[in-house]
Amino acid sequence: MIQSRRLAVLAIASALFAGEARAEETIKVGVLHSLSGTMAISETSLKDVALMTIEEINANGGLLGKKIEPVVVDPASNWPLFAEKARQLLTQNKVAAVFGCWTSVSRKSVLPVFEELNGLLFYPVQYEGEELSQNVFYTGAAPNQQAIPAVEYLMSKEGGGATRFFLLGTDYVYPRTTNKILRAFLHSKGIPDSDIAETYTPFGHSDYQTIVAQIKAFGAGGHTAVVSTINGDSNVPFYKELGNQGLKATSIPVVAFSVGEEELRGIDTKPLVGHLAAWNYFMSLKNPQNSAFIKQWLAYVKKNNLPGGSSRVTNDPMEATYVGMHMWAQAVKKAGTTQVDEVRKAMAGQTFAAPSGFTLKMDEKNHHLWKPVFIGEVQANGQFEVVWKTDKPIRAQPWSPFIPGNEKHAQR
Amino acid sequence: MLSGELRRASLLLLALTAGSTIRAGEPQPPASGGAGVLDAPILDRLVRGDSRQETISALVAAGNVQALPVLRALLEGNLYLGETVLIDDGGTLRDALTGAPAAVTVDQVEKVPINNRLRRALEGAIATLSLFSAVPAERLAAARGLQEDPSPDRLPAVERALRQETDPKVKEALRGTAAMLALNSPDREQRLGAIEELRKAHAKRQLVQHLAAEHDPEVLGALRQAIASVDRALHRAALVGLVFSGLSLASILLLAALGLSITFGLMGVINMAHGELLMVGAYATWLVQAAFRGSRFFDWYLAAALPASFLAAALMGALLEVTVVRKLYGRPLETLLATWGASLLIIQAVRVAFGAQNVEVANPSWMSGGVALLPDLVLPWNRITILLFSAGVLVFVWALLSRTRLGLLVNAVTQNRQRAAALGVATPRIDLLAFAVGSGIAGLGGCALSQIGNVGPELGQGFIVDSFMVVVLGGVGQLAGTAIAATTLGVVNKLLEPWAGAVLAKIAVLAFVILFIQRRPQGLFALRARALEE
Repeated sequence: MIQSRRLAVLAIASALFAGEARAEETIKVGVLHSLSGTMAISETSLKDVALMTIEEINANGGLLGKKIEPVVVDPASNWPLFAEKARQLLTQNKVAAVFGCWTSVSRKSVLPVFEELNGLLFYPVQYEGEELSQNVFYTGAAPNQQAIPAVEYLMSKEGGGATRFFLLGTDYVYPRTTNKILRAFLHSKGIPDSDIAETYTPFGHSDYQTIVAQIKAFGAGGHTAVVSTINGDSNVPFYKELGNQGLKATSIPVVAFSVGEEELRGIDTKPLVGHLAAWNYFMSLKNPQNSAFIKQWLAYVKKNNLPGGSSRVTNDPMEATYVGMHMWAQAVKKAGTTQVDEVRKAMAGQTFAAPSGFTLKMDEKNHHLWKPVFIGEVQANGQFEVVWKTDKPIRAQPWSPFIPGNEKHAQR
Repeated sequence: MLSGELRRASLLLLALTAGSTIRAGEPQPPASGGAGVLDAPILDRLVRGDSRQETISALVAAGNVQALPVLRALLEGNLYLGETVLIDDGGTLRDALTGAPAAVTVDQVEKVPINNRLRRALEGAIATLSLFSAVPAERLAAARGLQEDPSPDRLPAVERALRQETDPKVKEALRGTAAMLALNSPDREQRLGAIEELRKAHAKRQLVQHLAAEHDPEVLGALRQAIASVDRALHRAALVGLVFSGLSLASILLLAALGLSITFGLMGVINMAHGELLMVGAYATWLVQAAFRGSRFFDWYLAAALPASFLAAALMGALLEVTVVRKLYGRPLETLLATWGASLLIIQAVRVAFGAQNVEVANPSWMSGGVALLPDLVLPWNRITILLFSAGVLVFVWALLSRTRLGLLVNAVTQNRQRAAALGVATPRIDLLAFAVGSGIAGLGGCALSQIGNVGPELGQGFIVDSFMVVVLGGVGQLAGTAIAATTLGVVNKLLEPWAGAVLAKIAVLAFVILFIQRRPQGLFALRARALEE
C-alpha cells in the first residue's frame, strides 16, 4: 500500500521537476494533511481550505509579485510518513512554509525535521501545549484557550454543576497530556481522584458499547460530565452509540475538544442535542467576516465540485488554517522575503480580522495566537449554538501551570 | 400539500375545542396572579432575559397547562422570535398566543436559544404540567415519567395532581410517584417508603444525594442498604450489558470470518484480500443507500442492499479466483503474496473511484435507539439486528454446505479433488462457485459492518487479522468451531475491556490466541481433511 503510494508520489515529484524552469516564478507552500486513513475525516477539509486561501491570495496579486504554488502530499494518517513527507517538502520541493498536521503525534513526528532543516510549520489544531519550537507557529488553541474554560463551564451552575468527570480519549500524546492537565486542574478545584475516571481507546476504535455503559455506571454516582478527546473517525461510532443507548446531554453532557461541524456531518444529531464542544470558532457565529468566509468556502466547494457539495461546513481548524496562512502572507510582505528567519521575525505581532469576529494577534513572544473561547451545544442540524464565550481573545499559555515543573517557562 | 395543511389546521382546531370543553368540565388548577393564563409578558420573559428559569418555575407552580405547547416547542427548538413569539408547526410559523399563521418564514426570524440547564428545567416542567393535561394517557405518562427523574421539589405538584385526579389508573401511578418523591418529608415512615420506592427504581443518584441530609440513624441505615442494593442491581445490569456487547462483537467477528471459513477453511486458500471483500460489500450498501436517499422506502433500503452487497463481493471474489487464486492452488505462500497484492489493488481502486475519505452510510430509522431491558441497560437496535442477522447467515452457510448439491460438491472437491474429478465433477467450476459464495458472504458481513462502523477504503484492513484468528482458533474447516471461536473471542475481549482498557484487552486476546494455538495447533475442533494434510 505504502509502496504504491510512494511510486505515485515519485511520479508526481518527477513531473514537478520537469517544470522546474517555470517553477522559479512561484513561491511554493507545502500542505501536509492526511487525505486517507483514520484522520482523513478531519484533515481533508484543512487541505481544501488551504488551497482556497492560496487561490484567494493569488487572485489578489500573489506575494512579492509571484504566485503561490501549493504542493499537496498525503501522509495517510501514518506518523512516520509525516516526517518523510515533511523532509521531502523541505528538501526536494523547497517550500517556503508548510501548513499541516492535526494530531500531536504527527506534529511530534515532523518537529525534528523542521528544526533540523529550519523550516516553517503552521499548525492549525488545538493541542496539549508543552512545546515551543522556533520553527512552528501554533494557530490552534493551547489548553487554557479550550480545555480549561470548557471544564470550568461544566462545573459552573449554568453548565450543570458537574462534580464527577469521565475523561475519555484516543490513546496518544494529546489526550493523555490534556487529561494530565485537567486532572491537576480538577484537583485544584477540590475534586478527588475517586470522582475522575480516565479511559483511552486506540485510533480507529469503533466499538464503544462498553465505554458508554461505563459512563452510565459512573454517572449514577452524581452530576457527571464526559470530556472527550477522541480524535478522527472513531467519533462517528462513539456518538452513534451515545444516541442509541439514550445517553442524553441533560443527564450526562459530553464536551468534545476534537469534534466540530465537519466530524458531525453525516451523523443524525437529533439524539445528541445539547452535547458540547469547545472551540475558538463556530460556523454558526454571526459576523461579517464569518459570513464572507462561509460564502467564499461554499463557492470554492461548488467551483471545484468537492464531495459533499452544499452540505460542506466550516470549522475551527479550518479557520485557524485560513488565519495562519493570511498571517504568513502578511509577514512575507512585511519581510519582503520568504526566508524563514526574516518571516519569523515579521510574524510577531501580526494581526488579522478572523471569521471568529475578533481581530486575532500572533503573540510577540510565544508563537501562539490570542484567541477567543466559545462553548457551543450541538443542535439538531449539526451546527453548534454558543452558550458561553469570552468577551475578548485571551493569550495562550503553552506551558500549563497545572503541570509541575512548568514554572521555569512561566515568562513565555 | 394544501390538503395536508388543511388537515393539520383542522386537527389543531379540533384539539383546541376538545381541550377547552374537557377543561371546562374538570377542576381548574388554582391560578395565582397572572401566571394562570399565557400572555405576552410571560412569553417575553420565557424567551429572553435573565429570569427564564424562574419564569418556567412560576408557570409550573401556577399549574399553567396552557403554556405546555410553548414549552414543548421551546424544548424541541421550534420556538422563534420575530416581532412576536412564533411556533414552527410542521413548516408553518404560527403566533404562539393566537395560533394565527405568521407572514414571515423561518429564515427571517431568530430561533430562541436554550442551553442544557434550561433544557433540564423544561423537561421537568413539561412532565409536571402534563400531570394536569386534559388527556388521561398524557397524565399517566407524565406520572410515570417523573419517576425516572425523581427530584423531591416536584412533590407539591404531584400531591396537587393527586387531589384532583379522577382516573383510577393515573391515581395509582401518581401515588407511586408521590411516595418516591417524599424523601424530604418530615415523617420518618414516608421517608422510609420513599427510599424503598427509589430503591425499586434504581435511582442511585437521588439516594446518594440524600445521604448528607438524613440524620435519623434508622433511616440512614435503610438508605445505606438501599444504595448497596441498587449497586448490586446496577452491577448485574452492567454484567448483562457486558455479555451482550461481547455477543455483539462476536456477531461481527463471525460475520467477518464466515466467508473466510469457506475460502480458507474449506478450500485452503489464504486470501489476504478477504477484508477487501468486506469493504466491497460495505461500499455496495453505501451505493444502494445513496440510491434510496430521499425516497419513502429509505427505511427498507437494506432489503435491496443485502443482495447487492452479496453479488458485488461475489463478483469481486469470482474475478479474484479466475485471475489470481486459480493459478496458485496448492501454493499457499504465493497465494498469500498474490492476494495481498490484489488487496492493495482493490483498496487503491476504491480510493480512485470513491475517494479516500470515509463515506456516510445512514442507518434506517428503525435501527436507531434501543430497547431498555433493565432501568440501566439499553440494548441498541442496530446491535440486536446484527446479532440476529449473523445467526441467520450462520444458518444459511450451514444449510448451503450440508443441505445443497453445491455444498456436497464443494465438500467432495476439497476432500479429494482427483476422485471428484474422476466422478465427473467439474472441479474448476466448483472452485469458482465456492470461492464466489465465500466472498459473497463476506459481502454480507460488510453490509452489516456498514451499519455500526465507518466505511472507508481501509475498512477491511482492521478485520483481516481478526477473521483469520477466528477461523484458525475454531479449527480450520469447521463451521461450529468458527461460531464458538467468534463468541469466545468477543465475550472475552469485552469482559476484559472494563478493567484492562480497550488497548490492553485487544493485546490480551491476541496473546491468548497465540498461547492456545501453540498448545493446540488444530484449533478447537479438529478436522481430518486430506486437503489440509498434504
